[in-house]
Amino acid sequence: MIEQIIFIVISLFTLMMGWVVVSNNNLFHAALALMASFLGVAGLYVMLDAGFLAMAQLLVYIGAISILIIFAIMLTRRMMRTDESPFNSQPGLAGLTAVSVFAVIGFILWQMRQFWPVEPMEGVSLAFKTPVPDSMILDSVAAMGRAFVSPDAFVLPFEIASVLLLAALIGSIWVAWPKTEDEA
Amino acid sequence: MIPLSWYLFVAAALFSIGLYGVLARRNAVAILMGVELMLNAVNINLVAFWRYRAPDQPVGLAWAVFVLTVAAAEAAVGLALIISIYRHRDSVVAEELDSLKN
Amino acid sequence: MSFSFLEFLKSLVELTTGTYLRQVWGDAPWVDPTLDVIGALLVATFGLLIVLVLIWLERKVIARFQDRIGPNRVGGKYGLLQPVADALKLLTKEIITPAGADLWAYNLAPFLIVVTVLMMWAVMPFAPGMIGVDLNIGLFYVLAISSVSVVTILLAGWGSNNKYALLGAFRAVAQMVSYEVPMILSLLIPILLARSMSTVDIVEAQAVPFIIVVPLSALIFFISSLAEMGRTPFDLLEAESEIVAGFHIEYSGMKFAMFMLAEYASALFMSGLFVIVFLGGYRFFGLETYVTSGGFALGNLIGLVAFFIKMFVMFSVLVWIRGTLPRFRIDQMMDFNWKFLVPLSLALILVVALVDKALPVGVSAWTQAGVHLVSNVLVGAVALEILRWRGRKQREAQEGRQEGLESVGVEATVAEAVAH
Repeated sequence: MIEQIIFIVISLFTLMMGWVVVSNNNLFHAALALMASFLGVAGLYVMLDAGFLAMAQLLVYIGAISILIIFAIMLTRRMMRTDESPFNSQPGLAGLTAVSVFAVIGFILWQMRQFWPVEPMEGVSLAFKTPVPDSMILDSVAAMGRAFVSPDAFVLPFEIASVLLLAALIGSIWVAWPKTEDEA
Repeated sequence: MIPLSWYLFVAAALFSIGLYGVLARRNAVAILMGVELMLNAVNINLVAFWRYRAPDQPVGLAWAVFVLTVAAAEAAVGLALIISIYRHRDSVVAEELDSLKN
Repeated sequence: MSFSFLEFLKSLVELTTGTYLRQVWGDAPWVDPTLDVIGALLVATFGLLIVLVLIWLERKVIARFQDRIGPNRVGGKYGLLQPVADALKLLTKEIITPAGADLWAYNLAPFLIVVTVLMMWAVMPFAPGMIGVDLNIGLFYVLAISSVSVVTILLAGWGSNNKYALLGAFRAVAQMVSYEVPMILSLLIPILLARSMSTVDIVEAQAVPFIIVVPLSALIFFISSLAEMGRTPFDLLEAESEIVAGFHIEYSGMKFAMFMLAEYASALFMSGLFVIVFLGGYRFFGLETYVTSGGFALGNLIGLVAFFIKMFVMFSVLVWIRGTLPRFRIDQMMDFNWKFLVPLSLALILVVALVDKALPVGVSAWTQAGVHLVSNVLVGAVALEILRWRGRKQREAQEGRQEGLESVGVEATVAEAVAH
């Protein structure tokens, strides 16, 4: 019961902040709401016993991506002084699309409702340690770490991800670098 | 106890909100923020399915981490592009960037 | 079990009051949440009140460095109540909101920064068994929370609607995001050696303190944590002579006090983290497991005292550095990070991992420590040699430019000599 109330509070918070992100005229406030929304998602991860991922969410999304976005907003900030509408010429059509996407997914979920388990499965443990140490329980963080470097599992995607990050690093520096004297 | 479908509904709603942001906003940075929301919604789904269906295998977590990585790369490149465009065109309104049109 | 005051006092000395109260109260459903709330309140109160001691200590020590007496009026000869007077002064000051401020950001920032700092104390093991919560991702938690505190600085800088505040916030964020990289990399090495991210496991793994095993990693961590806290010599974010006071220039009264509070609390936390990760935490020559013949676990108290002594020694080192070193220039600071600390810590991880893998299973802790120490010293020596070589080349290029054509011959011979 308490768990359900916590879930509802966290998810309402996440969704409301998400709505502020897409509707607020002030871009800086939108970025703040984006951070709050990320925080809510991290809360959902904690409820799903994925504490490692929750912390990664804080570190990557709030600590890095949001800060990048705020920097971009500040560097292009003449755009913020406008009192124009934050929307383009087709907010109605966009809203219709979004609502229908939600309707389709919701309809499918509703049709499939008897297949979705109510209880989370046993046999996992938790990035947040359980009080009873149990060597039989799988430690999800250690298992994930091994999976990343095991040739039977994810070593290839892992390496590709690292190459992707390097390419993104070099590429974004190259793209954002002032090319001529007058741009600098 | 929380049924799995609750997580899926929240993720669907967050995805739709993000989609609305991508489709309806003028500012390119705001569009990028919508994309980030959509990626987060996908991640909620991955983790929820992992927890309820296959908690003994780290697949769901691992893919969530990959999504995180790709999101970071996407944000870095996207924002670099936006800043570069702003330098050239003095605008980050997506509708005005139409020099390839016609 | 009924409550007895003597037993309660005994459990206070043994630092097992939580266990004792749980025995007394039985296992009613309200017991655990109540104990959790009490514990959280205690840790938070500690984190806030200890700042009063820190301010006094820093003012007193820095005064001695500068050949002054320091606070000596309020609260007796040693000025013990000076921080209380300071706090009262700040509390009674008018709270000013600058014109054109972004109210949300401006008002949220001081609260969030204190909250993030206090949250970090949750994984600090003060004594055996005395920890807020033993997460198995403890150090990762600390890093994640400290990266959130970067955001609050950006909030303060932007919300104040002041160019100095914004400049200070930009500097602070650039510095903190940059120095996070070597900090994470240098923390990976103790994690690798202890094979765990839990703070308790890391303390337990230090039969030999990690500062002896991997001194280079400790040095990198110390330097980057200095930058992370924004203390001298990395206090560019509040460089008074350049940008007045940085991101908190527009704050007054209690809001300003909250920034100061967060600064001191995080300085103490970082010294505590250094103690946990590199100085063996509450370990004190095995005395921390001491149990008297009457079955009285006095060791916990010894561990607590040992931890606090180590932590305050580390904090005094921070003050010492503040009293000694001048401030970096911003380009020097960035160069130092990206061209020296990051490559060095990457190389160090590689070496430590290889050495750790190459060591046969079952060798004694001291042998392992010796091998790691030698490899660390070698890496450090190579890094210094490269620096020396680069420095010499730069100096020669400069001297060559000054002396003009006649020095070209000399430079060539020197370059030849270096090459051989």
